[in-house]
Amino acid sequence: MIKAILIFNNHGKPRLSKFYEHYSEDTEQQIIRETFHLVSKRDENVCNFLEGGMLIGGSENKLIYRHYATLYFVFCVDSSESELGILGLIQVFVETLDKCFENVCELDLIFHVDKVHNILAEMVMGGMVLETNMNEIITQVDAQNKMEKSEAGIAGAPARAVSAVKNMNLPEMPRNINIGDISIKVPNLPSFK
Amino acid sequence: MPAPIRLRELIRTIRTARTQAEEREMIQKECAAIRSSFREEDNTYRCRNVAKLLYMHMLGYPAHFGQLECLKLIASQKFTDKRIGYLGAMLLLDERQDVHLLMTNCIKNDLNHSTQYVQGLALCTLGCMGSSEMCRDLAGEVEKLLKTSNSYLRKKAALCAVHVIRKVPELMEMFLPATKNLLSEKNHGVLHTSVVLLTEMCERSPDMLLHFRKLVPQLVRILKNLIMSGYSPEHDVSGISDPFLQVRILRLLRILGRSDDDSSEAMNDILAQVATNTETSKNVGNAILYETVLTIMDIKSESGLRVLAINILGRFLLNNDKNIRYVALTSLLKTVQTDHNAVQRHRSTIVDCLKDLDVSIKRRAMELSFALVNGNNIRGMMKELLYFLDSCDPEFKADCASGVFLAAEKYAPSKRWHIDTIMRVLTTAGSYVRDDSVPNLIQLITNSVEMHAYTVQRLYKALLDDISQQPLVQVSSWCIGEYGDLLVSGQCEEEEPIQDEVLDVLEGLLVSNLSTPVTRGYSLTAIMKLSTRFSSDANSVVSIYGSSIDVELQQRAVEYNALFKKYDHMRFYSEHCCFVQILPALQVQSTHPPCFTGSIYTSSLFYRFNLHVLYYLVSLLFQANDLLDLLGGNDVVPVIQTTLPTKPASAGGELLDLLGDLSLSTYSKNGLKIEFTFERANPNPNIAVITIHATNTTEADMTEFVFQAAVPKTFQLQLLSPSSNIVPALNQGSVTQVIRVLNPQKQQLRMRVKLTYTHKGSPIQDLAEVNNFPPQSWQ
Repeated sequence: MIKAILIFNNHGKPRLSKFYEHYSEDTEQQIIRETFHLVSKRDENVCNFLEGGMLIGGSENKLIYRHYATLYFVFCVDSSESELGILGLIQVFVETLDKCFENVCELDLIFHVDKVHNILAEMVMGGMVLETNMNEIITQVDAQNKMEKSEAGIAGAPARAVSAVKNMNLPEMPRNINIGDISIKVPNLPSFK
Repeated sequence: MPAPIRLRELIRTIRTARTQAEEREMIQKECAAIRSSFREEDNTYRCRNVAKLLYMHMLGYPAHFGQLECLKLIASQKFTDKRIGYLGAMLLLDERQDVHLLMTNCIKNDLNHSTQYVQGLALCTLGCMGSSEMCRDLAGEVEKLLKTSNSYLRKKAALCAVHVIRKVPELMEMFLPATKNLLSEKNHGVLHTSVVLLTEMCERSPDMLLHFRKLVPQLVRILKNLIMSGYSPEHDVSGISDPFLQVRILRLLRILGRSDDDSSEAMNDILAQVATNTETSKNVGNAILYETVLTIMDIKSESGLRVLAINILGRFLLNNDKNIRYVALTSLLKTVQTDHNAVQRHRSTIVDCLKDLDVSIKRRAMELSFALVNGNNIRGMMKELLYFLDSCDPEFKADCASGVFLAAEKYAPSKRWHIDTIMRVLTTAGSYVRDDSVPNLIQLITNSVEMHAYTVQRLYKALLDDISQQPLVQVSSWCIGEYGDLLVSGQCEEEEPIQDEVLDVLEGLLVSNLSTPVTRGYSLTAIMKLSTRFSSDANSVVSIYGSSIDVELQQRAVEYNALFKKYDHMRFYSEHCCFVQILPALQVQSTHPPCFTGSIYTSSLFYRFNLHVLYYLVSLLFQANDLLDLLGGNDVVPVIQTTLPTKPASAGGELLDLLGDLSLSTYSKNGLKIEFTFERANPNPNIAVITIHATNTTEADMTEFVFQAAVPKTFQLQLLSPSSNIVPALNQGSVTQVIRVLNPQKQQLRMRVKLTYTHKGSPIQDLAEVNNFPPQSWQ
């Protein structure tokens, strides 16, 4: 079972925190801090597995993490999960985010936390892996987003207008109007006497 | 009231804050705005406000006032509202708040909603944080959805069912019929979650396990299809077809095949196939192989397959990827008990991993190395492990030291090697060894008698180098105290120290700031012991500590001083000094104190608090020796007839005058009167049986009354135990004691007698000689 999924940056600021077991708010923050402390100490070329910190179950639980650019993706799991399998899952998660946000970066995660939660909800449910097929996940998430948009009403009008214009199928407008050589025949006019 | 700001705006604003205090201020302002907006019951913007609240919650600020709002959102008709509402419920609510029960009805309605995404949201929330009550109420709905043909809902329902079973195990039966055709699904998502559901059911109930064993052929078929099928773009991850599903199925096969021969046999082929065909260049391939290996080791596989599995692990060990090496070491640790020989083949690789830079790998390698140590490889392995101990991080040293001790104890090829190894550990990692290693080590040293000289010499040298490692110092001072004479007597191979140097070193320990109180105790005791072995006087050192602040040291110093003062002349009688030897430094609780065999002086254990028992024994010895003095030296054998100090040696009284009949009133002084009566023993006429009667005419009792006697060498004396050692006052009773004298040469009986007792609080001692025994008594 997955106990928690945490994403934080190189300075320890949380970008996403989802716990599948109940902890009090204070404990949750402490866990984030403790995990950051443990994970940031690690060298670049060591293995991606760590014993869990004391607050999150100590040596019964493992921290499996991956470091991408400025973000740490940490999954805290117990012994029933395969370590290498979870590493694969983190990879799929990041690739899905990449597809959904188009070259995802930290700012995307910062400003669209709710969307990240929605994507995660299609992958992991109740601490267990739900779906690992990237395309399937994206299809579902897109469908739900569309539903949201259709309900958005007047507040969504600018957004809808923008997307409407984006999706408008305009005919191809010729850029250069190549007139070519027009020879204008001038008629012979009679002269006045 | 202006419209509440969007989430994006809030995030942007918060990011501009430069200090924590600024951020807190902004958040508080926004919280106030949100609260007033909630109070106005504004439906339009509720969704936006809760989204902001969730963001602030992630940053660590309290957000509980939004819980009810989440419920309102869930009850709304709009999908957008529901989405945020359910997300908020998952993040903010849990079983401990009563509010969550209000959700039950909403979830029930949404589980039957027309839109699959709404149903999906409801399933997701129930599966994440549903309490036992909620699960009980809604289990029926979940079970219905488990049978639906919609694969999106079916997979979510399967995982929700897992959560329900975890919360309310009794409901497991309910889901049994729905599982019938789960495995015939084509959709991989459903297959995946179904396997998870089956795994959970099998792990929880042995009956279910038996029931699902019949699914093994089906699972094997699915796995085969996955491996054999060609490229399928839908499920492909790095060239392998749905590795996640393969791993899940392998895990379920492991559980089903455990301790069951038939199932294990059905799996053998497919496991061999997976093991040989899987690509190992990518992480996912290795994940599958790893799972296969674990399954092979767990079920009742044939030996060829097991060897294949261990070889795969061995290959993993050589892989460059640290993650692979880590999982390989972990699995080898699990299998080393059952397949010891196969793992031994990879010993050198494992030992190499000790030098890895990665902390996790080093720890695994260390544990595995200790598991692999046996009688054949102990020398080589120990060299590597000691080298590792030298260079590893402090967090490893304690475990490594304990491991080394255990291994050395089990497999040491020779005593000298054993002691060398332990010394090496103490010098390199002395401060990290566990407390009980000191008494264990002392016991070990005591038992290897022939190594005493070597050991004490080496320990002394180590002490000269470094006195900061407490266990080492404690063991060294104990040894020097015990075997100090060997140290200075020239038995050592190298230059030996002189007595004063040794005493100086021990004194240095006492005053050093690096020594703990326990260490000081050890060195004080050692100095005291050396005072009997060395000719130099250690009294002064010991008496200084009579006024030490440390209560333990003070008590010891005072008691040792008393011992010295009282029995100073006994210092150099070697055989009587052995009592000092039997004060082992086992001040810490020890379950296996050393057993000294041999003489009666050393046949029992003396802990610190038994010192007064010691004194009593000592006093016996000295009284015997007093008698030696009394009788002018060596013509008398002192009589100490018993092993335990309950029977005091005999003492006598002054003879006053002879009486005609066979009784003598021999002593009468200070109210104490002693009479001798005689008879002949049957059958041996050479033995005279004398009974003494002691009476007391004073008003106070005489306590601790001890009667001692000595006879010339040609006689033999035997004292039986007295009736008591309190002579009651005013002739109310008497103490009797029987003396048997063997007189083979029929010589004149002479006896020297010594009396000790306490009268009115003060101890009294008296000597007397009895020369006028009636001839009938000894002829």
